[in-house]
Amino acid sequence: MSAETQETGPGSAPGAADGAAPAGTDGSYQAHFRVWRGDQEGGELRDFEVEVNEGEVVLDIIHRLQATQAPDLAVRWNCKAGKCGSCSAEINGRPRLLCMTRMSTFARTETITVTPLRAFPVTRDLVTDVSYNYAKAREVPAFVPPQGVAPGEYRMQQEDVGRSQEFRKCIECYLCQNVCHVVRDHEENKEAFAGPRFLMRIAELDMHPLDAAEEQGLDRKTTAQDEHGLGYCNITKCCTEVCPEGIKITDNALIPMKERAADRKYDPLVWLGDKIRRRGER
Amino acid sequence: MTRVERQQWDVVIVGAGGAGLRAAIEAREQGLRTAVICKSLFGKAHTVMAEGGIAASMGNVNAGDNWKVHFRDTMRGGKFLNQWRMAELHAKEAPDRVWELETWGALFDRTPEGKISQRNFGGHEFPRLAHVGDRTGLELIRTLQQKVVSLQQEDFREHGDYEARLKVFQECTVTRTLRDGDRISGVFCYERESGRFFVIESPSVVLATGGIGKSFKVTSNSWEYTGDGHALALLSGASLINMEFVQFHPTGMVWPPSVKGILVTESVRGDGGVLRNSEGKRFMFDYIPDVFKEQYAESEQEADGWYEDPEHHRRPPELLPRDEVARAINAEVKAGRGSPHGGVFLDVSTRMPKEVIERRLPSMHHQFKELADVDITAEPMEVGPTCHYVMGGVDVDPDTAEAVGVPGLYAAGEVAGGMHGSNRLGGNSLSDLLVFGRRAGLHAAQYAARLAEEGDRPSVSDQQIDVAEAEALRPFSAEEVDSGAPAENPYAIHQELQQAMNDLVGIIRREEEMERALERLADLRVRAAKAGVEGHRQFNPGWHLAMDLRNMLLVSECVARAAVQRTESRGGHTRDDYPEMDREWRRANLVCTLVEESGHQPPEPRSAESGESERAESEQAAQAAGQARISLRRREMPPIRPDLLELFEKEELTKYLTDEELTSE
Repeated sequence: MSAETQETGPGSAPGAADGAAPAGTDGSYQAHFRVWRGDQEGGELRDFEVEVNEGEVVLDIIHRLQATQAPDLAVRWNCKAGKCGSCSAEINGRPRLLCMTRMSTFARTETITVTPLRAFPVTRDLVTDVSYNYAKAREVPAFVPPQGVAPGEYRMQQEDVGRSQEFRKCIECYLCQNVCHVVRDHEENKEAFAGPRFLMRIAELDMHPLDAAEEQGLDRKTTAQDEHGLGYCNITKCCTEVCPEGIKITDNALIPMKERAADRKYDPLVWLGDKIRRRGER
Repeated sequence: MTRVERQQWDVVIVGAGGAGLRAAIEAREQGLRTAVICKSLFGKAHTVMAEGGIAASMGNVNAGDNWKVHFRDTMRGGKFLNQWRMAELHAKEAPDRVWELETWGALFDRTPEGKISQRNFGGHEFPRLAHVGDRTGLELIRTLQQKVVSLQQEDFREHGDYEARLKVFQECTVTRTLRDGDRISGVFCYERESGRFFVIESPSVVLATGGIGKSFKVTSNSWEYTGDGHALALLSGASLINMEFVQFHPTGMVWPPSVKGILVTESVRGDGGVLRNSEGKRFMFDYIPDVFKEQYAESEQEADGWYEDPEHHRRPPELLPRDEVARAINAEVKAGRGSPHGGVFLDVSTRMPKEVIERRLPSMHHQFKELADVDITAEPMEVGPTCHYVMGGVDVDPDTAEAVGVPGLYAAGEVAGGMHGSNRLGGNSLSDLLVFGRRAGLHAAQYAARLAEEGDRPSVSDQQIDVAEAEALRPFSAEEVDSGAPAENPYAIHQELQQAMNDLVGIIRREEEMERALERLADLRVRAAKAGVEGHRQFNPGWHLAMDLRNMLLVSECVARAAVQRTESRGGHTRDDYPEMDREWRRANLVCTLVEESGHQPPEPRSAESGESERAESEQAAQAAGQARISLRRREMPPIRPDLLELFEKEELTKYLTDEELTSE
C-alpha cells in the first residue's frame, strides 16, 4: 500500500468525543472488521483494523478498506442512500443494506463480520450472483393494459392504488429473497419458488385497479399458487422483518393472495368456470 | 493479443437509466435488435434517486397549464440559454410520455377525480410534477424495467428466447466507441464480473450515461456518475457544450459527514417547507433577483397564502429556481448565519401535521431518521448545496438527438447538452429522459435500419480493438515503487480530483482558483497515467476506478476551461469576479472538443494538423498526459423562433436579450 493514501491521521484515540463536538473526526476509533474474501472456489474471513468516524455506516468502512488496505475488495453499491438496493450483504449474520447500517448501532469493541448474501452463489468477496431474481422476474406476466382506455384516460382513486403502491416501494435489494427459508438452505426449491419479492409483484399486479389480466384469461391468484410456488410460503414473516422499506410483505401481499387463491380453489362455480374457459382457449 | 468476442446488434444503448431504457424500448418497438449496456445491475440506475416528480403540463391540478407555460418556465429557469427547440419539444411531448407510463403499469399518486396528481416545484408556475410520494424516480425505473421485461416476454413467446431482440448486458462498461471513418461502428466493453472484454458491432450507439458529479467531493450523485458518456463523445469526435454549468442542488444533507451531499428533495419546499437561518429568519425574501421580482411574494403572509390560493398570491421565494436558492444558502452560511453543521435549516415540522409529512415525504422521513437521527416531523433538517446535475453535455441535433458531426452517435438525458440552458428546473430531468430518450431510440433505429437496407454497415477493425484493449489493461502494468506496489493509487487520485473541483470550480468561482484547478488537473493527468491496480480482472473496483479516471479528468477539464472563459454569472455558473449576467453572453455556447490524441489515435491519419500530431507522438506518454486535452471555442446560438419569443412579454425579454436581438424580429 502506498503512503500517499494515508490522508487523514490514524485518529487512534477512542473516547475523545467530550462535549458537543461539531462534525469532525473527534469521535474516531479503530474498529475490528472481519470481511469475507474469496470467490466460487472458496474463501475466508479476513481481519482488518480500520478507522471509524462519527455518523458513518458500514459501507463507509468498506470503502475505507478499499482505499487504504484492499483496493480490489469487491462490493456492489450505488446510491448510498437506501434507494437502489445494491449493497445487500450480511452483517453479523443478519441480511442488511450496508449503506443503511450505522456504525453507532454496534459497540466499539464489537467485531463486525461482513459476509455475502447466503442464498445466492458468490461472485467475488461481497458480490453475489443474483440472476435467480432476474429469471423469476421474467416469469411473472406483465401488466395488461385495459382495452379501449386511451393513454391519459386512466382514472383510479388514491385508496385503490395505495395497496399496490406499497409494494412498488420495493427497491429490489433481494434481502427478502435471501432470508426466505424456502430457498435459503434449499437450493432445490428455487426452480419452483418465485420468492417473496416476486410473489409480492404478482399481488401488486393483482391489486392494480386497471390490470386486465383476468379479461385475457389470466387468473393471477391461481397462478401464484400453481406456477410461482406461493404454497411453499408458511408465513414465518422473515421477509417482512428484513425489508428495509418496511413493506408488510407477508400481511399485505402474501396472506391476502393465499386467502383468495384458497377461496377460488374451493369455490365450485369459479372452479367450473375456469375449467370451461381454459378448455375454450385450447 | 487474444481475440475479443464480437457480437452484432442493430442499436446499442449505453446506460440503463430513464433515458437509456426509454430509448431501448423505442428501438426495440421499431423492430430492431437492441442491446443495453449498463454499469450497475438492471434497475439500479441513478434515476431511482430522483424524488420529486416528472414535469408535464397535463393540467390535472390547474387547468391553466399547457406546453407554452411549461416552455416559458423552462427558458426562464435556464436564463434563456436553453436550446429553444429542445425546450419546445420537451414541453410539448412530456404529457404523452407520462401517460404512456400508465399503460405500462405505473401508479402515480391521484387527484380526487382519479387523474395523475401534480405537485408544485421550484420555477414551475403551476403544480406540474407527476409523482409517487417522494420516490418518483424509482417508479419511473421500475415501470421502464418492467416494460423491457414485457417486451422480452413477447420475444420469448415468438422466438423462444427472452433476449432475441432486446438484451441487457448488466454490470458491463463501455470504455471506447469504435469507428469506421467518421461513422460509429460499435463499442468496446468489459464485464465487471469476469473482467472479460467484448465488442458489440453496431451502426447506432445511444449515449445515456447520465452526469459527472463524481468529480466533485460533495455530491448527490452515485459512483456511476463519472462522465463516461461525455468522455466517450469527446473521444468519438463529438463536442460538448455548456460544460461550465453545473447545478448545485440547494438542499443536500450536511450532517453526519459520511452522508454529506445526499439529496433532500425539493418537494419538501414544494409542499410547504421553509428555509431559515440561525436567527430564525426566512431569508429567501432577501434574495429575489430582479428578473423574478414580479413572480415571487414579498412577505411571509403573501407567500403562505399561495399554497391555498395561488390565483391571488405570488409564490414563496423558497421556490425560486435551484441556482438562486443554492447561492442564497451559500451567502447565509458565509455571513455567519448558518446552522451548527454549516448549512441552514429546512423546516416542515412547524408547517404540516406529522401524518401529512409521513404520507407526502416518506423517504425523507426515513432517510433523516436512519442516517442522522433527526425526526423531521419534530425538528428542522440541516441542509446545504450539493453537486447534483450537469447542464452541459453532448452537442446534439435537437430533433433527432444525434451528436453533431458523428453519424450514428446519439445522446439523451443528462449526457446531452442544451435543453436546460444554464440551469435545470426540478422535475424537468425525468421528463427530459423520457422525451429525448424516445427520440434518440427512434432516430438511432431509423438510421440503423437505413444502413441495413443500403447494405452499408460500418465495420470494426482489429487494430481499434487492440488499441482499446491495451488501454484498458494498462493499469495492470503500471510502474511500481520499490515495494512492488503501484506508483499511484487510483483512489487517492480520485479524492484529490474531487477536492480540487469542489474547492476551485465549485458553486462560487474566481479566475485565479480555476487556473489553479487547471494546473492541478494537468498534474493529476500525469499521475493518473501511472495509476496501477493490484489483484486480477475479476470484479476489481480499483481497476474500474483507474479506468474511470480518464473520463473524470477529461470532463473536469471541460468544466474548468469553459468556466474560466465565461466572464459572467448565469444559472449554474457563478463568478465572484463577474457577478452580473451579461446579455452578450446569452447567445453564446462554449464548445469543447478533444485535442487530437497522441499515440492513441487508431488508424486513419487523415487530420489536417498532421505536423502537430506527429510531434506529439514522439513525446513521452506521461508528458503528453499533462498537456491540455480540451480545446474551446465560442459559438453563436441560433436565434429563438419568433413565435416562441412572442410567448413572453417584451419587458421580460429585455432582461435577457440584447437590443439588437430584440429589434431584429
